[in-house]
Amino acid sequence: MYITVKYFGQIVEVTNTQEETIEVAGGHVSDLVEVLNSKYDQLENKDFQIAQNQELVSLETELTGLEIALLPPFAGG
Amino acid sequence: MSDKKPKNAFRQGAISSDFIGNSIYKHQTKTSIGAHNIFLGQVRADEINGKIVSAIEYTAYEDMANQKFHDIREAAFEKFELTCMHIYHSLGTVKAGEICLFVFVSSPRRKVVFEALEYIVEAIKDEVPVFGKEIFEDSSHQWKVNN
Repeated sequence: MYITVKYFGQIVEVTNTQEETIEVAGGHVSDLVEVLNSKYDQLENKDFQIAQNQELVSLETELTGLEIALLPPFAGG
Repeated sequence: MSDKKPKNAFRQGAISSDFIGNSIYKHQTKTSIGAHNIFLGQVRADEINGKIVSAIEYTAYEDMANQKFHDIREAAFEKFELTCMHIYHSLGTVKAGEICLFVFVSSPRRKVVFEALEYIVEAIKDEVPVFGKEIFEDSSHQWKVNN
C-alpha cells in the first residue's frame, strides 16, 4: 500500500521534506518505521511518537493506509 | 460530546494585547458570568549554554492539533461548570516577551475557573502536537521540549 507520511519539527531536519508517499507491503507501524529508518539513517537518533489518522498509535498497531505523522516532542504554550 | 467541527485555534504570529483586551470586552454582554480566568503563555528569553533565546518559531500538525484543542474543550465543559472558553495558539515566529498562548475561561463562580484553567493548560502542553524551534540571537537554534 501507499501511505502519506508527514514529518514535523526536528524530524524535517532529517528527512528534508514535510510530506511524502511511502510504499510498504502492509503490516504494522513498525514495518513502516523500518522502511523509514533505512531511508533516513539519522532517524533512529530522534525521539518521536507516531499518529495514524491523527491518533497516536504504537509500533504494534496495524497499518490502515491512512495518513501517518511522525511527531517529535510537543512544545505548545 | 458534540459533533461540532473543530475551530481553528491558531493565529499567525504573536497574540496581541489588543486581541486579548477585545476578547474580554466581548464578554460584557454575557451577564451570567461572574468570573473569568486567563492564562497567557509568554516566550521566555532563556539562556542556554551562554546563548539567549530571541524567538520561538511554532509549527503544528494543524488538523490533529485543532482536533485535540476541540477534545480538551469538550472534556473541560463536561468536567467544569463553564459558561465559555477560548483557546488561541500562535504559529510562526513569536519574539521573546510576546504572547504565544491565550486561554480564557468563564463561569458564574470563581472556584471553577481556577481549576478549569490549570486542567486545560496542562492538557494543551501534554496532548497537542505543536512544535517550537527556539531561535538564538546568533540565528542558531534548538528544539523546545515541554516538561
